[in-house]
Amino acid sequence: MSTFGSKRTVVGAHYGLRDWLAQRVTAVLMAVFTVVVLAQFLMPGALGYDRWAGIFAQQWMKFLTFVVILSLAYHAWVGTRDIWMDYVKPVGLRLALHVFTLVWLLGCAGWAVQVLWRM
Amino acid sequence: MTNTTKIKAARPVYRNIHISQISSYRLPPAGIVSILHRISGLMMFLLLPFVVWMFDMSLTSEISYDAFTNAFVAGIGFVPAWFVKLTVLALLWGYLHHFIAGVRHLWMDATHSVSKEQGHSTAVMTLALSVLLTLLLGAKLFGLY
Repeated sequence: MSTFGSKRTVVGAHYGLRDWLAQRVTAVLMAVFTVVVLAQFLMPGALGYDRWAGIFAQQWMKFLTFVVILSLAYHAWVGTRDIWMDYVKPVGLRLALHVFTLVWLLGCAGWAVQVLWRM
Repeated sequence: MTNTTKIKAARPVYRNIHISQISSYRLPPAGIVSILHRISGLMMFLLLPFVVWMFDMSLTSEISYDAFTNAFVAGIGFVPAWFVKLTVLALLWGYLHHFIAGVRHLWMDATHSVSKEQGHSTAVMTLALSVLLTLLLGAKLFGLY
C-alpha cells in the first residue's frame, strides 16, 4: 500500500500549509500596498498634511489599508509564533509569549483601524 | 562489515548550535539573510505601536501632523530628535531587508530556482540592496542632502 504522494497518511494539526500560504498572500498584499502608497507619496508637489491625509481619505485607500492592517496582523502572528516555537521551549513561557503577541497585534490593529476611520 | 561500521563511526555528527557558538559559526550569505529576516521581523513587531503612533500623529489633525514632523527636529516629550530618527532608521532597514528578502522568497517559490549559486547570489544582492537603500534613505532622514 502506498503511503506517499497523494495517498500519504496525513497527520498533525493541518495548519502548516494554511499558514505558509497565508504568509505569502499577506506578504503580496502588503507589498502592493507599499507600492501604492509610495506612488502617491512621490507624486510631484509639496507634501504637507493635506496631501498626506488626502491619500488615506479616499474610500478605496481605506478599503486597501484596512485589508493590509489585518494582513499585517496575521503575517506578524505567524512569523512571531514561529520564532517562539523555535527558541522558547518551556510551555508556560511560550504560552505567555503567544498571549502577549496576540494582545500586542490585536491592540495595534484596532488602534490603526480607529485612526483610519476617524479621518 | 567492519569496514562499513568504521566509516559510519568516522562520520561527523551535527548537533544543534549552542548559543555560545553563534559568534564563531560561519553562516553563508543565505543564512545571514535568513536570520536577519527573523530579526528584522521581530524588531518591526516590537516597534509596531511606534509605527501606529506615527500613523496616528501624521493623520489625525494638522496639529498632530506638526507635532509629528517636529519630533524629527526638536524631539517629542523626553525623547530627543536623534533617537526618533535612529528608531526610524532601524525601521527603514528592517522594512527594506524584510521586503527584499521576502520578494526573494516569493521569487524562489514561484520559479523553483533554488540552486546553490542562485541562493548565494540573490542573498548577496538582498544584503547589498537593503544596506544601500537604508544608507540612501538614512542620509535623507538625517538631512545630509
